[in-house]
This record gives sequence, C-alpha cells and structure tokens, in this order.
Amino acid sequence: MLTRSPHDVVVVGAGVVGAACAYYATLAGLSAAVVDRGPVAGGTTGAGEGNLLVSDKEPGPELDLALLSTRLWRELAESGDGFGEAIEYEPKGGLVVASGQPGADALRAFAAAQRAAGVAAEEIAGDRLRELEPHLAPGLAGGFHYPQDAQVQPALAAARLLRAARLAGAEVRLGETVTAVRTGRDGSVLGLTTDRGRIDAPAVVNAAGTWGGALAELAGVALPVLPRRGFVLVTEPLPRIVRHKVYAADYVADVASGSAGLQTSAVVEGTPAGPVLIGASRERVGFDRTLSVEVLRRLAGQAAALFPVLAGVTVQRAYRGFRPYLPDHLPAIGADPRRPGLYHACGHEGAGIGLAPATGLLISRQLVGKQPELDLTPFRADRFAAAPDGGPGQGSGSGQGRGTASGPDSGSGRGPEAGSGVGQGERRD
Amino acid sequence: MPTSQSERPESPESPESPESSEALGPVGRAGGEVYDLAVVGAGPAGLAAAVTAAELGLRCALVDAGPRPGGQYYRHPAPGLGAARPERLHHGWAAFARLSGRLKAHTGARRLDYLTDHHIWTMERGEIWQLHATLGSEWTGAAGRAVVRARSVLLATGAYERQLPFPGWTLPGVVTAGGAQAMLKSGLVLPGRRIVVAGSGPLLLAAASSLVSAGAEVPAVVEATDYLHYARSLATLAANPAKLVEGARHGVTLLRHGVRLRRGSAVVEAHGTDRVTAVTVARLDRDWRPVPGTARRIACDALAVGHGLVPQIELATELGARIRRTPDGTVALAVDDGLRTSLPGLWAAGETCGVGGADLAVAEGESAARVIAGRPVPAALRAFRQRRRAFAELMAAAHRPGPGWPQWLRADTEVCRCEEVPAARIREAVTELGAADARTVKLLTRAGMGWCQGRMCGPAVACLSGGGPARADSRPLARPVPLAQLADLEPS
Ligand SMILES: Cc1cc2nc3c(=O)[nH]c(=O)nc-3n(C[C@H](O)[C@H](O)[C@H](O)COP(=O)(O)OP(=O)(O)OC[C@H]3O[C@@H](n4cnc5c(N)ncnc54)[C@H](O)[C@@H]3O)c2cc1C
Ligand SMILES: Cc1cc2nc3c(=O)[nH]c(=O)nc-3n(C[C@H](O)[C@H](O)[C@H](O)COP(=O)(O)OP(=O)(O)OC[C@H]3O[C@@H](n4cnc5c(N)ncnc54)[C@H](O)[C@@H]3O)c2cc1C
Repeated sequence: MLTRSPHDVVVVGAGVVGAACAYYATLAGLSAAVVDRGPVAGGTTGAGEGNLLVSDKEPGPELDLALLSTRLWRELAESGDGFGEAIEYEPKGGLVVASGQPGADALRAFAAAQRAAGVAAEEIAGDRLRELEPHLAPGLAGGFHYPQDAQVQPALAAARLLRAARLAGAEVRLGETVTAVRTGRDGSVLGLTTDRGRIDAPAVVNAAGTWGGALAELAGVALPVLPRRGFVLVTEPLPRIVRHKVYAADYVADVASGSAGLQTSAVVEGTPAGPVLIGASRERVGFDRTLSVEVLRRLAGQAAALFPVLAGVTVQRAYRGFRPYLPDHLPAIGADPRRPGLYHACGHEGAGIGLAPATGLLISRQLVGKQPELDLTPFRADRFAAAPDGGPGQGSGSGQGRGTASGPDSGSGRGPEAGSGVGQGERRD
Repeated sequence: MPTSQSERPESPESPESPESSEALGPVGRAGGEVYDLAVVGAGPAGLAAAVTAAELGLRCALVDAGPRPGGQYYRHPAPGLGAARPERLHHGWAAFARLSGRLKAHTGARRLDYLTDHHIWTMERGEIWQLHATLGSEWTGAAGRAVVRARSVLLATGAYERQLPFPGWTLPGVVTAGGAQAMLKSGLVLPGRRIVVAGSGPLLLAAASSLVSAGAEVPAVVEATDYLHYARSLATLAANPAKLVEGARHGVTLLRHGVRLRRGSAVVEAHGTDRVTAVTVARLDRDWRPVPGTARRIACDALAVGHGLVPQIELATELGARIRRTPDGTVALAVDDGLRTSLPGLWAAGETCGVGGADLAVAEGESAARVIAGRPVPAALRAFRQRRRAFAELMAAAHRPGPGWPQWLRADTEVCRCEEVPAARIREAVTELGAADARTVKLLTRAGMGWCQGRMCGPAVACLSGGGPARADSRPLARPVPLAQLADLEPS
C-alpha cells in the first residue's frame, strides 16, 4: 500500500459541505486533503436547489447557524475575483405568502419571533404583494418579505469553494473511495484507508452527506443519517417572471393548530439562466430513484396556484436527490466525543447548501482549538439514544414509512417536518 | 391534426398505403381499458410487434409520438405533397406496406388500438403498468394527456443520432445524415444542391445514395473509419449477404454518380458566414486525430453529418432496467433471448436493444410479441436475429468514435447548442472544477440542460469529460410535459 505524506485533516466528501470544510480549514492554515469516490458535487449537492434561507427557520440552533452562514455566503460572494458571479449568488430575498387570514396571522407571529432572533422580516399587505411579485395569484391575504434570503448554484458553489481550497494548498482526490477509518490503540483516529491507498491524518471530517451514517460506522460510531427524497421540476426558460423565492406558508397555521396532517407547499424561484425551479417534495422511501407521478402532480398544482402564469408553461425536466437527515432534523457538526479525531459535518437535510460555510468555519475553529462562534452542543453526534430511527447506516429502506410532503428546502425549522406537529407525525411512521 | 382519411395520398403502387391505417387519433381514447400489451413506438420494431400480438389474440395498444406509423425508417411524404411513389426512396417499402396493411386490418376490427401523437413521458410499473402520455402543449387540461394501462409493455422507442461537434457545425446548411434522409423521405426536399456527406456509420452510404438519386450532387462521402474491422470478420459478413447487397447497392449507386468515398477522413471544419459554403476535410490517424498537412477544402452548400445512433431508452433506465454497453460506445437495454428486459413485464425490441437496422427491428418485434403471447419463436426467425445482431455488433465496433476526435474542436466551438456552451468551458469544468463525468459537466456548465436534454451534445460531453464507460442518461421526464397537464393528473 502507498503511504502519503500526512495531512492535518482529511475531509471525506466533495459536496458543498466537504468543500466548505476544506476551504475554511485551509484558511485556518491547516494542510487538508479532500477525498470523494465521485466527482465534485456528485452527491446530494448536485441534486438539490440552492436556497439560502433564514425565512423558514424558527428561532433555535438551526436559525443561529443559518444567520451565521448567510453572512459568510455574502462575504464569500463579495470576496473578489468574481466569486459571487461564478457561483450565481443572488441576494434576491424571500417572499412567504398566506392565502387566508389564519395563515397570515400565524406568519406574523412566526416573523415576530424570528425578528427577536435577528432575522429581517417585513410584512407585506395582501394588496401590495404584487408590487414585489407581479405574477402572483390575486387575492392572497398577505405575506412577509425576508431580504436575507439568497440563492447560489450549488454545484458551482461546491466546485468553486473546492478550487479555492486547492489553490490554497489542499489536496483534492476525486474518484477515490474511503473503505476504512483507521484508529490507534487509544481509539483515536489515525487516518483513512481508501481503494487506492492510505491517507494519514490525525483528524477526519465526515462530510459524506446522506452516506454519513455509513462513514461513521466505518469509524465505529453510530450516526442515524437517513435519506429523504426530493423532486424538483424545471420549466422551460422563461423571462424573469418570478423575482424572489416564493412559497406559501399556510402550513404555519396548521402547525400552530397542532394538526399532524400532511402539508405540501411548493417553492418557486427563477434562475439566472431562465428556467423556473419548483421544488421540492419530501418523502422517506430509502434510495428509491423512480419518479413519483403524485409528487409531480402536487408540485405542479401548487406552483400554478401561486403563479397562474405557470399553468401555460412546459416542464422540461425533473430531477431528484436524497437529503441527509437526522431524526431531530438538525445536522451533526463537530468533534465526536466517542471517537477522538473524528469530526462530523453531515445531516443537513434540506439546508446543506445554506449551512455549509458556517459548518466549515465552526469545524475549522475546533480543529485549531479555538472557541467556535456558536455553541455546538445541539449538533453533537452522540445526542441520539441508540438507533432511534431504524438504525444507522445507509437507510436503504428499512423501517421507513412512506409519506409525501414538501416545503421550502433550506431547512426543517418551519417545514412540515418541523420540531412540532407534523414533524412528530413524520417521526412516528 | 394527424392522419385523417381525407389527407391520404392515393398511391397505386402500394394499395395498402400506410396512410390509410386507422389511427385512434390524439384524443386519448385509451380510456380505462387494461391492455394485454402496450407497445411504445410505431417504427419497424413496434409495428411488427403490435400486429403480431394482435394476430395472436392479445389486446394491444400501439402508442407513438408521431402522427403516422413507420418510425425513423419508414417515412412518409407529408400528406398533401402528392408524392406518388415513396417506395422509390425505400427498398423496404413493400415490407412496410404489408405491415401497415395488417395494422389497418387490426385497427379496423378493433383488435388493436393505435394511438398517435402520444408522447410517453414516464411509465409506472406494476402488475398493471401505467404509461403517461402528453399530446402536446396545444391541448389543455384533460384533453392533452392520457394514461395507457397494460399488463405488459414493449419498448420500441428507437434511437436518435449521435453528433460530434466541430467548428462550424451550427451553420445553416449543416444537417444530420439521418435528418437529410428524413427530409428527403418525408418532405422530398434536399438540404442543398451540392452536399458533402460525412461522419461514420452505414447510414452515410444510405443517405448519400438517396441524395444523389434525388438529384443532388455529392462531391464526397467522408467516412472516419477505414473499414479494416469489417475485413477481419469475414464469417459474420458472409452470414449476412443481404446486408452486403444493401451496402453494395448503395455503393453502385454512388459509383454510378461518380461519388468519391474518402475513408479514414473527417470534416474538421465547416466554413461560411450565413450558410455553409465549404468544408475542410482531413485524414485521421487510427485514433481519429487529424493528420497535419492533409487538410483540403471542398466547396458545398450543405453538409449531412452523423456518427451513428444512440438507443433511446430512458423510459426503461429510469425504472432501473439493466443496460449493456455496445461496441460503439453507447448504452442499450440488456435483454435475454426472449427480449425480456430485467424488469418483469417489460420487453424491448429494435434499436432500444442496440442499433441494428430495420429488418432486425422487425424480427425482434415479431419475436417479442410471440414470447409475450406465450408462443414459440420459429427457429429460422431466431437464427436470423442472431446473425443480424452479430453483424450489428461488428458494424458498431468498426464505427466507434476514436478518442482523438476532440482535437478538431477549437476553444470556442459550441458543444451544447441549446445552452451555447463552448468546448473551453467544458474543459475548464474538468481541469479546474473537478468534473469527471457528463453529469457534473452539465451541473457546472449547463451543457445538456436545454431543450434536447443532452440528446445532441451528450455523447460529446461524456467524451470530453473523460467519464469512463458510457452510462445511461438520467431523464426522469422522457419528454417535456405542459405543467397544466401534470397538475391535472389523477390524485393517487
Ligand atoms: C430536491 C432537493 C432540494 C434541496 N434544496 C436545497 C436548498 O434549496 N437549499 C439548501 O440549503 N439545501 C437544499 N437541499 C439539501 C442539500 O442539497 C444538502 O443538504 C447538501 O447538498 C448536503 O451536502 P453534503 O456535502 O453534506 O452532501 P453530498 O453533496 O451528498 O456530499 C457527500 C459526498 O460524500 C461522498 N462520499 C460518501 N461516502 C463516501 C466514501 N465512503 N468515500 C468517498 N466519498 C464518499 C459522496 O460521493 C458525496 O459526493 C436540497 C436537497 C434536495 C434533495
Ligand atoms: C434520423 C434517423 C434516420 C434514419 N434513416 C435511416 C435510413 O435512411 N436507412 C436505414 O436503413 N436506417 C435509418 N435509420 C435507422 C432506423 O432508425 C432503424 O433501422 C429503424 O427505424 C429502427 O426501428 P425501431 O422500430 O427500433 O425504431 P424507430 O424507427 O426509431 O421507431 C421508434 C418510434 O418510437 C417513437 N417514440 C420514441 N420515443 C417515444 C416516446 N417517448 N413516446 C412515444 N413514442 C415514442 C418514435 O416516434 C418512433 O416512431 C435512421 C435513424 C434515424 C434516427
């Protein structure tokens, strides 16, 4: 076997999270390597959308992470060299609308709590919504504008971050599969074994996304990351008819009313290239890749309800991805107390693009022994009792119920799978 | 509107003109019936399968995106053009006339439902398969969509042409070799007066011979391979005399018109501003790299170029059907001796199993129908199929693009026409950004994200990204679908 020069840290995964980890580690002066069995963004990063949202998150650890990340994305975008354009960064803002009065009231209460946590949110009366979005359906009760919401093109974001890390000295090894995590007598990490050789490093970052559970298992620890499928519809290229990220928030009312019924809500957004993206569904069906006709029906119907003009367009393609989720819908970030030298950076579910820079920064702080900007306790990997949700590993279908829901991708705080109401419904199945 | 009786051109030579086959038309009349068999594609394979199945007593639906049967091979002059003798362009016309006569008889007797203008965009598998069709965006709401239900499905969706880009390939006057054939057969129009035919594959000779027969001047047929492969497999050649005769017939036609065949050469650039006015032809080495100092210019006003065909199989691969890699670097469905795919209830015939020509497609369609109906396949039919498959594989191996072709690209040569992505951007994605396969190149450059969904640039992008062995393209939606039709689907 080949032995290669030791690195300070080796990151498993060249998705957006792994790329951000490598970027910030290099920035902190560490010598980093990144390994991925595929190309850059070959996992979920290349199969989702690029919403960077604070609007959908209720106050709590995920919102804190999102606020930090929002700031970091903006700094990255403005860092020069056309980085912002290269990753198609658009600080376009979000618009959450309610069709009826109960929804509008719930939105108002939700926004008030968010404001207290540092989110900018401006109420828009129903009759003013079309000033922001001229093609929005008439008769909506009202909404909130969230100027901090933004967007990037995820694959480009990952590729550009990784390139920046490489130019700063990181070694990038694509097409190489990690087969073992090597540990010493005292149980601490010594490095990795791959299908091509050995990589020595005292620190390993698990940025393996939806496969983070399997990677953890290689290191001898349990982490119950499971796949959650989502579909996105892509229309033919259109002139800019959707300006913000727009989604309906009627489910806020349902969560408030304690209903556990399944809710769906499409997020509609334009892209610089012209197509409108309509996403995304949420289903727990293991890694089943087959197209769900029912999901298409719902997404299409909801999008046309928000923007009637979309009823006249053609859907050109669809794609799907598998979000990495953990039972409490928070990612695992930071050192694993069970395995010295192992750091997790996975399980970001529908918010991994948004949360990537903060995740990378916080991990780099821990790696160099500095105080992270945020308390990482809520994200600890050992927070789960033994295998609460069908066990760790690849979640290839065991013990998972079927259920379809959709909501804004970028988080779980306020979606149907939020920490209350519907979220528990999901966990029960 | 598609086929209607009144538009039928009278053709004395073929009394059973395909135009007269009675289509159910684009009204989605499939209704709630559960068919024994749904055949997707009414080309040679699907047509043969559907009529055979009907004759064996199966209730069958034949579904096609086009308005008339025949697929890519049997093309019709557009109704109204008054073409009296389409068979002149088709040595297979008699066979087709027989097939469409049978189709007409069965549709007339309601043993077979022929659904035209139905574009299948996805299939849901099960005991009873559901095939979702769109009838196009002109139709709104329920009238624009249909669901065909069947206990078994035969996929006969054919193939599309493989394109390899070169500087100038987007100029007006540059058409595909199959496109030139199609224009000629269905519109009876020529893409130009002086037409260079180039690329690789047996279609070139067929196209060139049709073009000269229709009155065009063909200054050169430029074939990238040197045909040495053929010579090495004499046994397979000898077992397929009809194919040799076919080739020889084209050869004779070309010879008679003084057409020059340049082997081991390629068009490496098309010139012109508003339209192609000339091409540069260069000799290739065995890896298809242009040999310096061999370039010469040929004046022309059109170029017909193609590099073989790519099986169109996403409806099956999206469901996880097993694939095989063909010797020419494409991906086809893997089928067993009974033409079963790896998915229970799904069969395939014709180009979906690997490109092999119309007569093989007919033989496979007929065989599959017999297997589906639980009947034996006659030994002669089986043997014919095996011979033709062997021949097809031989041709495929001979015409596999060499790895050196990207050398004729320039940095600014557009590779993806839909999204206008030049070669340099694709190379940057690979060398700078960590792409290593077509999917990642697409994500990073948009190449393949446009209207054609990578059917045009896919093979070239895959090659430029050095992405290892060919893989099935991911296309969850096999065809674009109007959003209103999706919203209108039955809730499940
Ligand atoms: C439909 C959909 C819509 C979404 N929309 C949004 C959105 O709008 N905003 C948002 O923020 N998020 C969104 N997401 C979520 C987001 O895409 C993910 O959270 C994020 O991509 C996760 O990134 P990652 O780097 O952790 O994982 P990945 O991108 O999956 O990267 C993990 C990598 O690890 C590699 N790997 C795994 N195991 C091994 C091994 N043993 N050896 C070597 N390499 C290995 C894999 O090859 C993979 O490349 C969406 C997701 C989906 C599916
Ligand atoms: C452009 C072109 C020109 C050609 N010209 C010649 C020629 O001149 N001479 C020659 O020997 N060979 C030619 N070929 C090769 C020829 O296609 C085959 O030999 C033969 O037609 C294969 O028959 P098939 O039944 O497998 O497929 P095809 O004849 O390709 O038939 C496939 C049918 O499936 C339908 N279809 C595809 N997808 C869908 C869908 N999603 N929903 C509904 N219907 C669908 C299509 O409309 C089509 O009618 C040509 C091929 C192409 C692509």
